[in-house]
Amino acid sequence: MQITATVNGSEVVRDVEPRVLLVHYLREVLGLTGTHWGCDTSNCGTCVVLLDGQPVKSCTVLAAMVDGHEVRTVEGLADGATLDPVQQGFMEEHGLQCGFCTPGMMLTARALLDKNPHPDEGEIREAISGQICRCTGYATIVRSIQWAAAHPATAAVDGTAETVGAQA
Amino acid sequence: MQIPAPFDYVRAASVGDALALLERHGPESRVVAGGHSLLPMMKLRLARPEWLIDINGLAELDFVTEEIDRLSIGALTRHTTLLESALVGRLFPIVHDAERVIADPVVRNRGTIGGSLCQADPAEDLSTVCDVLRASVVIVGPGGEREVDMADFHRGPYESACEQSEMVTEIRLPIVARSGSAYEKVERRVGDWAVAASGASVTLAEDGTVADACIGLTALGMEGVATAAAQSLIGRQPTEEAFVEAGRLAAEASHPTDDQRGPVDYKRHLADELTRRVLRLATQRAGQSARTGSGS
Repeated sequence: MQITATVNGSEVVRDVEPRVLLVHYLREVLGLTGTHWGCDTSNCGTCVVLLDGQPVKSCTVLAAMVDGHEVRTVEGLADGATLDPVQQGFMEEHGLQCGFCTPGMMLTARALLDKNPHPDEGEIREAISGQICRCTGYATIVRSIQWAAAHPATAAVDGTAETVGAQA
Repeated sequence: MQIPAPFDYVRAASVGDALALLERHGPESRVVAGGHSLLPMMKLRLARPEWLIDINGLAELDFVTEEIDRLSIGALTRHTTLLESALVGRLFPIVHDAERVIADPVVRNRGTIGGSLCQADPAEDLSTVCDVLRASVVIVGPGGEREVDMADFHRGPYESACEQSEMVTEIRLPIVARSGSAYEKVERRVGDWAVAASGASVTLAEDGTVADACIGLTALGMEGVATAAAQSLIGRQPTEEAFVEAGRLAAEASHPTDDQRGPVDYKRHLADELTRRVLRLATQRAGQSARTGSGS
């Protein structure tokens, strides 16, 4: 079936089988491998992307379900060469070790700050509670998000600068 | 890699369209909303529908509306919407108690109340919540619309009164004056199913005694509500002694099984302890409701 979606600000049209999950559509059809594929069971949260601005676990969403909707992946966070404050925060506060959970963590952080620009630590921990960092680097992830909240000025407002990826 | 078996997919344009599609494609077609129960089962090939009928576009099923004597909730209302609704929290604090511990915040962005009830997982929280609030479920099908009490909606684990050719469109929570409700769950970690949970609603009479009560248990091997435990409270002052007795009776009515989430004696202990806690909180909230004239 043909689906038309806005991915990181660009309209993409592709034919996919109905059973293709969003995570595999992004990674294999669009070549956007920044979205990681982890537990396959909607537990780990590394596959989180924003669907119409809300974090969703893309291993438990059909690609067909995003037809007519907007998807934002980690590739759509930076505004050209300017990093999103969340990305900058993960650099400043060493928010990643192995980096596997990082894309999902950053997108959830972006959605949180869009909704609540000044979250307290409890609200940050709650927001990322459905995502697992197997390096157990939660303290630095929380600090990274706090850094982003404290430095909103460099925010990439709509994340439309990126192209949709190598095969697009 | 977990990938569902092949199926055909169609988006419903309206409730009527969804029903027509269910009729056209027959027993091997399923309605999908948030998909966070059905898609995992399809990925494990525990479910193999030939047709998926996607109702995510049916905005008319996504609503929370206060009416004179009830709160009406559309079947497609997401967990996040319920948790963020001040109206829901004011009228039925038990819903917020439960929603805070259902899955995790990201899953709550997709999962729906209608899907949760239809999945009818024995460890599912909103079924207990709806039980103790004496909710009813609106089901539409080829024969028209019917309203079913939760007691009749439950048919056992993973089974409900919603037939293959039908779909749930609305959940109705009766608003009862001088009432309070609460829910508490013990889970091993965020996003896991309950080890055990208890929910209660309490209605106070003018003289401060318990006029009505309902107690439900989650993941404790009990179909329906803990009738004897609730009955023990009726007509009594809501004292700690009364809560202890009700907790004991609720634990007696439970039939927990020994599994990776804990042994039977621990779960029975939880049934007792959590029931006491939710009764205390529900009663306190009922008192507030009686003073302010709102809530349930």
